[in-house]
Amino acid sequence: MSDSLPTTPEAVRRRAAAMAAKRRRQARPAVRQWRRTGLMTAYIFFVLLPIYWLLNMSFQSNSEILGALTLWPSDFTLEHYAKIFTDANWYMGYVNSITYVLMNMLISIVVALPAAYAFSRFKFIGDKHLFFWLLTNLMAPPAVFLLPYFQLYYTVGLFDTHVAVALAHCLFNIPLAVWILEGFMSSVPKEIDETAFIDGYSFPHFFVKIFIPMIRSGIGVTLFFLFMFSWVELLLASTLTSTGAQPIGSVMTQTKGASGIDWGALSAAGVLTILPGIVVVYFVRNHIAKGFALGRT
Amino acid sequence: MSLILDNIDLVVGGATHIEGVNLELKPGSFNVLLGRTLAGKTTLMRLMAGLDRPSRGRVLMEGRDVTGVSVRHRNVSMVYQQFINYPGLSVYDNIASPLRLARVDRAEIDRRVRQTAELLHIEHLLERSPLELSGGQQQRTAMGRALVKDADVILFDEPLVNLDYKLREELREELRTLFDERRCIAVYATTEPAEALALGGNTAVLHEGRLLQYGRTEDVYHRPASRSSAEMFSEPPINMIRGLISGSEISFDRRVAFPLSDDLRSLPPGEYHFGVRPSHISLQPRDDDDLAVEVSVELAEISGSETFLHVANDLFAMVVHLSGVHEFDVDQRITIHFPIHKVYAFDRHGDVVHIPSHLGGL
Repeated sequence: MSDSLPTTPEAVRRRAAAMAAKRRRQARPAVRQWRRTGLMTAYIFFVLLPIYWLLNMSFQSNSEILGALTLWPSDFTLEHYAKIFTDANWYMGYVNSITYVLMNMLISIVVALPAAYAFSRFKFIGDKHLFFWLLTNLMAPPAVFLLPYFQLYYTVGLFDTHVAVALAHCLFNIPLAVWILEGFMSSVPKEIDETAFIDGYSFPHFFVKIFIPMIRSGIGVTLFFLFMFSWVELLLASTLTSTGAQPIGSVMTQTKGASGIDWGALSAAGVLTILPGIVVVYFVRNHIAKGFALGRT
Repeated sequence: MSLILDNIDLVVGGATHIEGVNLELKPGSFNVLLGRTLAGKTTLMRLMAGLDRPSRGRVLMEGRDVTGVSVRHRNVSMVYQQFINYPGLSVYDNIASPLRLARVDRAEIDRRVRQTAELLHIEHLLERSPLELSGGQQQRTAMGRALVKDADVILFDEPLVNLDYKLREELREELRTLFDERRCIAVYATTEPAEALALGGNTAVLHEGRLLQYGRTEDVYHRPASRSSAEMFSEPPINMIRGLISGSEISFDRRVAFPLSDDLRSLPPGEYHFGVRPSHISLQPRDDDDLAVEVSVELAEISGSETFLHVANDLFAMVVHLSGVHEFDVDQRITIHFPIHKVYAFDRHGDVVHIPSHLGGL
């Protein structure tokens, strides 16, 4: 109704008044600008506050952390970082985590590339069901699979190895990778494949020389997601390891010393755990939106 | 090198895409596949290339059965409607890739790539990436890759559709001259009858997965074998009027009757469909035996310097193709004249029973 043209003089006046009011509202950009900036600042403040607090604590001595409220380190110290980089218990946590994360990324991408290609290019019986079934693996909480994995790995002697965690993380990472890559691959026209075969490329040659370069941003985004999910997963990683392949997250939960919890070291470890994620995000920042849309843009 | 399709069927998931196609393409011939969208042009090309395998029938190349041979081992090349190039490679590498894979030596590759690029007027773009080029240049690159390797069969699947009008005319012209010097079979799919006529050579008319007619382009145009073939190969579509021949009269819906012209007199009495080309109808009588019909104007489409006049009366609707720009009012009453000696007649099954005598008769 409001879109139709006014017909009575009364309605014309009302509409003119409304339009004028709208113009006046729009003529106050400064106010709108302030509102926008204010909301954004408040949002960022609340998001970054815990991270700032973590950073703050990591540079404070334990007595300062437990003492009065301080907004920035009054007694700046790097001792917690020094401790982490010198104590094998601490830094081996990082080494273990990175080891199984990299192994998992490698396994997942190598398995997912051909699988995603098949899903994107071929029709076969049950392809849609299989694809959906892969996705359901992402929906089940990892805790469901905890017991079978633990029992199985213990029996076959994989318990407390990096491979064990890397394989366990494939449970959710391979479906994820297949899903993301399938989207990117489907946006490459099938005619490219055919042209390559007409030109005389063999399949592996085509796949490596032509196809993979065409979806390299997709592979980058996929690797990012693989890294992220494997890096933050703690339940499987800590249960399937004891000392030999203990992840950093697990190390952090076991820092109770004789003098209680080492808050400073814990904070420093937390900061160092966030860092790799930030570095990886920086590299894929231009493609990440497309990644969240799973290549289907 | 000849290419023979021997009784080809293609059934995909219960749906018949191609049915009983028999086609023999001679060495060095230029062939146009004409048909509307979904007529099976692309499908037939994919079967010729070996990208798809027919459900029944054989594909023979130079007498050798290549039905099951994969596309990699057939010497064919294909240009798609979309501009398909390898985005990661430069134009030079794109064109060179079939030769590199065939292990031709470097100097020879270089010579042939430059020669092909020169033919297609893209020699100044060789170092660029295909994505930086305009649509026409991208398609030229794709053509370069198809032409460089001396294929036995070159397939063009509506390669000019996505280009603008001017460029299309230009490329079509070049394409035709390019093939005059080659000994390969060229197959070119198009939806436009005018394009088929401009390209010449041979034309195969396809409709709903069937081959309606194959022969020299002019022959197929002038001497359609069936009603659907005439309808496919005419733009705007040929006008069809149902009429009855009885004794020495031809009547349309028993109300308008004309005396039969000499060459139609041989037809036995009965019901026929008469085909009149839109361009044969005029507003002024051109000949003594022209039939004058009163109609009213429904629509006048002006396209370039031509007018397509849609007219109707209570018996039939027709399209008249007039050269020049003409203006008409809707519902204006006009008289159109169509030459009775230029009509085609088709029997109840759609087979042609009469071809105008100036085109050689039946």
